Amino acid sequence: MHNPQLNQHGELQHLLTTEGLPKSIVNHILDTAESFVSIGNREVKKVPLMRGKSVFNLFFENSTRTRTTFEIASKRLSADVINLNIAASSTSKGETLLDTIDNLAAMHADMFVVRHAQSGVPYLIAKHLHDTKQNHVHVVNAGDGRHAHPTQGLLDMYTIRHYKKDFTQLRVAIVGDILHSRVARSDIHALTTLGVPEVRAIGPKTLLPGGLEQMGVRVFNDMDEGLKDVDVIITLRLQNERMSGALLPSAQEFFKSYGLTPERLALAKPDAIVMHPGPMNRGVEIDSAVADGPQAVILSQVTFGIAVRMAVMSILASN
Amino acid sequence: MKPIQQFDAEALYGELARQINLALGHLDNVAVVGIYSGGAWLAERLVKDCHIEHPPGYIDVSFYRDDYAQKGLPPEVKPTNIPFNVDGATIILVDDVLYTGRTTRAAINELFDYGRPAQILLASLVDRGGRQLPYAADFVAQTLSLPANLSLQLTRETNAADVSQRESRLVLSLVDKDESTPTNN
Repeated sequence: MHNPQLNQHGELQHLLTTEGLPKSIVNHILDTAESFVSIGNREVKKVPLMRGKSVFNLFFENSTRTRTTFEIASKRLSADVINLNIAASSTSKGETLLDTIDNLAAMHADMFVVRHAQSGVPYLIAKHLHDTKQNHVHVVNAGDGRHAHPTQGLLDMYTIRHYKKDFTQLRVAIVGDILHSRVARSDIHALTTLGVPEVRAIGPKTLLPGGLEQMGVRVFNDMDEGLKDVDVIITLRLQNERMSGALLPSAQEFFKSYGLTPERLALAKPDAIVMHPGPMNRGVEIDSAVADGPQAVILSQVTFGIAVRMAVMSILASN
Repeated sequence: MKPIQQFDAEALYGELARQINLALGHLDNVAVVGIYSGGAWLAERLVKDCHIEHPPGYIDVSFYRDDYAQKGLPPEVKPTNIPFNVDGATIILVDDVLYTGRTTRAAINELFDYGRPAQILLASLVDRGGRQLPYAADFVAQTLSLPANLSLQLTRETNAADVSQRESRLVLSLVDKDESTPTNN
């Protein structure tokens, strides 16, 4: 099947999802990111790779961390970044999404970083660029609906590799609202590609999507049981804004059963790391004592996220 | 790829180290920075053999190359590491082979993103001519004139019985690029 992310030479043309992303490309991104990490410590935190290129941040859905880190990553690569205020732009005046894209491409955009509440929007844009023969323009999915958030998935892989070195001996637990989480999906695909032998999903039945077992994931409804002997815990935010209907009695109830407390963390391996894609709800999915504790690597994830996004953009821009 | 000719890289290195040692008498705050990969091996040895006070620095110029738009990023980029304060330092920049000067330009640009050196001196085992930019080496062990299809490659042969880097032997081979897949040299 044609993979819309790859060009005819098998190189990365767009980054849309971690699903089906070849292991060699994942490793190339992580290796390249490693060289970008140290740039943050230099006098001049910039390299000239994307000098003269224009990156358009199209965030149809709110985001602070992701948009900011994409902006920093673009600037450290010396690209020009244009942040579009979508709410006040032409789409609200009735212009279609693809007309907006064509207009921006006519302004010589080289890359679109797209976030949208609807799954599949970055695909739609990539397909449109292909159909209109604008193959010099690249698309990075910065989160689409419940579907995928590939740069978050890759920065999670970078973080795990940084602390654990080898993927092939790990037990990784993803905890909480997996149903609404594009991060969980991107993590699961990337973890599987990198050869993690055991991926667990922990959460109440109402917040676990169907088909997890088919993805090779072990499902646990009991948190204590699921956390036993894991090396990595990825806690997810309870996505109240995406919930409709009575999936949960209350946030307090959720914390009682699935909040990551120091007592529960003690069930994992003693050197287990705790990750969270942010924003955190303290006292809902994670206890402050854990979030601020020695095993949390949540702020490292943010720092690594810049380097991983630099790697993705610089690899795309040269293909 | 079968080499057309092999050079005694150890003898060339000895000559380069001798020239640098002579110059060190009237230089202050000296540091050595090697360009990956050949230059990095040379820098490592020069720091030991010439008793340089700063630890060696290493540069991977991939993020500063002028052919990125055509060639993209190489599959393996090594982290640049400059473990001393560049401001006011006299930096001896080391590459194995000096050719077009484009690698030198990229390396100098990168160094300036770490600070403002007092002086940069260029050292190279071989100057093979063919410059496309106005750079000249301050220290060079041998000058050659080679046609474009030939390439000089520095490799390190480690004696299996002794894996310490100090004991590894440098070999400089002349190869015909047209006879095989091109390297990024």
